[in-house]
Amino acid sequence: MDFNFTEEQEMVRDGLSRLVREQYDWETRRSAVESDAGWRPEIWAQLAELGILGMPFSEEDGGFGGGAVDAMIVMEEFGKGLVVEPFLPTVVCAGGFLKHAGTDAQREEHIGGIVDGSRVYAFAYAEPRGRYDLADLQTTAKKDGDGYVLNGHKAVVVGAPWASHLVVTARTSGGQRERDGVSVFVVANDAEGVVRRDYPTVDGRRASEVYFENVSVPADALIGEEGGALPLVEQVADEAVAALCAEACGAMKVAHAMTVDYSRQRKQFGVPIGKFQVLQHRMVDMFTEYEQSVSMTYLATLKLDAPEKERKRTASAAKVRIGQAARFVGQEAIQIHGGMGMTDELAIGSYFKRLTILSSEFGDVDHHMKRHIALA
Amino acid sequence: MNLEFTADELAFRDEVRSFIEENYPKHLGDAGMREDMSPEDMVAWHKILGEKGWSVPSWPEQYGGTGWTPTQRYIWLEENARVNAFMPLPFGVSMVGPVIYTFGSEEQKERHLPGIRSGDVWWCQGYSEPGAGSDLASLKTTAVRDGDHYVINGQKTWTTLAQYADWGFFLCRTDPDAAKPQEGISFILIDMKTPGVEVRPIKLIDGGYEVNETWLTDVRVPVENLVGEENKGWTYAKFLLAHERSGIAGVARSKRAVEKLREIAGKELLDGEPLIEDLDFARKVSQLEIDLAALEITELRTLAGEQAGKGPGPESSILKIKGTEIQQRLTELTLEAVGNYGAPMYGQIEDSGSNQYPIGPDYAQHSAATYFNMRKTSIYGGSNEIQRNIITKMILGL
Repeated sequence: MDFNFTEEQEMVRDGLSRLVREQYDWETRRSAVESDAGWRPEIWAQLAELGILGMPFSEEDGGFGGGAVDAMIVMEEFGKGLVVEPFLPTVVCAGGFLKHAGTDAQREEHIGGIVDGSRVYAFAYAEPRGRYDLADLQTTAKKDGDGYVLNGHKAVVVGAPWASHLVVTARTSGGQRERDGVSVFVVANDAEGVVRRDYPTVDGRRASEVYFENVSVPADALIGEEGGALPLVEQVADEAVAALCAEACGAMKVAHAMTVDYSRQRKQFGVPIGKFQVLQHRMVDMFTEYEQSVSMTYLATLKLDAPEKERKRTASAAKVRIGQAARFVGQEAIQIHGGMGMTDELAIGSYFKRLTILSSEFGDVDHHMKRHIALA
Repeated sequence: MNLEFTADELAFRDEVRSFIEENYPKHLGDAGMREDMSPEDMVAWHKILGEKGWSVPSWPEQYGGTGWTPTQRYIWLEENARVNAFMPLPFGVSMVGPVIYTFGSEEQKERHLPGIRSGDVWWCQGYSEPGAGSDLASLKTTAVRDGDHYVINGQKTWTTLAQYADWGFFLCRTDPDAAKPQEGISFILIDMKTPGVEVRPIKLIDGGYEVNETWLTDVRVPVENLVGEENKGWTYAKFLLAHERSGIAGVARSKRAVEKLREIAGKELLDGEPLIEDLDFARKVSQLEIDLAALEITELRTLAGEQAGKGPGPESSILKIKGTEIQQRLTELTLEAVGNYGAPMYGQIEDSGSNQYPIGPDYAQHSAATYFNMRKTSIYGGSNEIQRNIITKMILGL
């Protein structure tokens, strides 16, 4: 049993922490989020340069041989700064598919571009009527010669406006919600027939509704087994869950610290409001929720390689716990900031909004609670 | 980072597992869940461990500790929880013992530590008073020097199992004029057979007698029973509270209790189906299990910190708060699970042999009493509100 990070991991954390501190203050983030682009490609280039984008890939694939713990560290630091750049969809999701199921040629083509920062990916898994069920797909991929033709509508594809490529789940066979018949494809974002409607999200990112209108892709666009990819999708989704949990921990930590700080400065009835026991205990409860979230993030991350059922159940347990904690910490942070918490002038509102949205990404509390129960 | 035990730790686990299997008294059964044990049963395992040399694992080796790492102590507790063992009571091994070997005289160590280790001497704790609960420093029991004795007067309360105790450790005011209330308090050992010590039982809401009022009237105690320095008792009391937090969260026991709850909810029916398959109930059990998983890792992180040489810090307040919330929730859900059979007052129903109809399933017995009893956990040991005050001060810095 060991809860220590390696020296290399500590260095990565320090480096990212410095980058976030020096280049990702809230005002700078806000102007980037409000800019036309909505993100900062120069930050992405720096992440490539620092080796962050290549960290979880094997050395044969051009990476640095890291794993889930490394992704956890990155996501936690990104959570602290509310980093919007698409590490999760690109490195964790697309990278995850390629690592687990990519052919040599696919890995060579795609992972190289991820590592050097030239390619950005979005993960188009959700559909308007599918909610959080990864198998509830109406998008189809029909065999056409050697390749496939995709048709369908993917919902709230985070990072799609910035992406060079989309990883798409689609049905090659089977009925809606059936476990069999799910396949995964990687599609160039500018392929003919890909139609996007781009928009900002409430938590400072960009997303798209993506329509596939007779999009032809070659045979080598298929990642993994045709019709048998649901277990792969579930595995990557669990990896995304663990990464989101880590991001939540970073954001909760900062939201809590900001709240404690504010309670020291804000005076009412002649004293700092942090002197009131009723508020002290609420801030203690926020801290406790944060600490329990860190524990669950460790657990989910370290169980990603466990047998399937244990991995799924642990990921769901973590998402339940962190979903609840993120709601609680976010709401209490706003409450204790009082009227100021409602304004767009303070960073705390951005943390609240990110915590709100991430608690339902890749499944909300109810979804994961049901999965946890079903796997008992 | 990893969650696996090392090969040595796994070997240690096998060793303690087989020792427990071979030596834990079979007649105690599921004793860890029962509230109606005889005093002999309560010390039975303690005495066996005393002979083995495993009754005080966390003590320094020179005083009889095992030298186990925090991880080994965690494994030890886990393995005991597998059989739901009734562990040695804390008053000697976790409370007064460490105070004596840290602050006591050589004579006190020689006199008291062996009996604590062996389980032959039963200790109780005299801290709280009717007017001094969370505000413990306001205690009024006085110890007045008279030659080579203290004369002690006052009333203590919530003295757990004092009816069986041979000795007690008491906080008494030796300097009523001290600048701060904390500064005039001393830590004194009292032989419970001393004239003037009177123990009166307090009946609790679960129907049991586990705590008492302890009245002290002109109790003459030799000055050599003072531990450490006069008027420094508060320091020792705080040391005692911060000491030995491993196990405070009760994770191992709660894990066992979750299994038990699942068993019960698998037997109880709702609309003809097992209760555990009802989504509303299953959700509550899952929530509990999830909270417990988080607590377990939090405890392991604390242990890892301890192993790396960091003393148990104020984080242990989190373990106390979450651990007791979970223990309480477990008993609450168990009571819910048994349905109507929560109501009978099993403690007052005479066991009149096999020729009578039984009342409810075995597992329903005492479920209400246990639920009532466990409300104490968020009140004792520094109430959960006091724990929040500690975190406020030590971690939030407010």
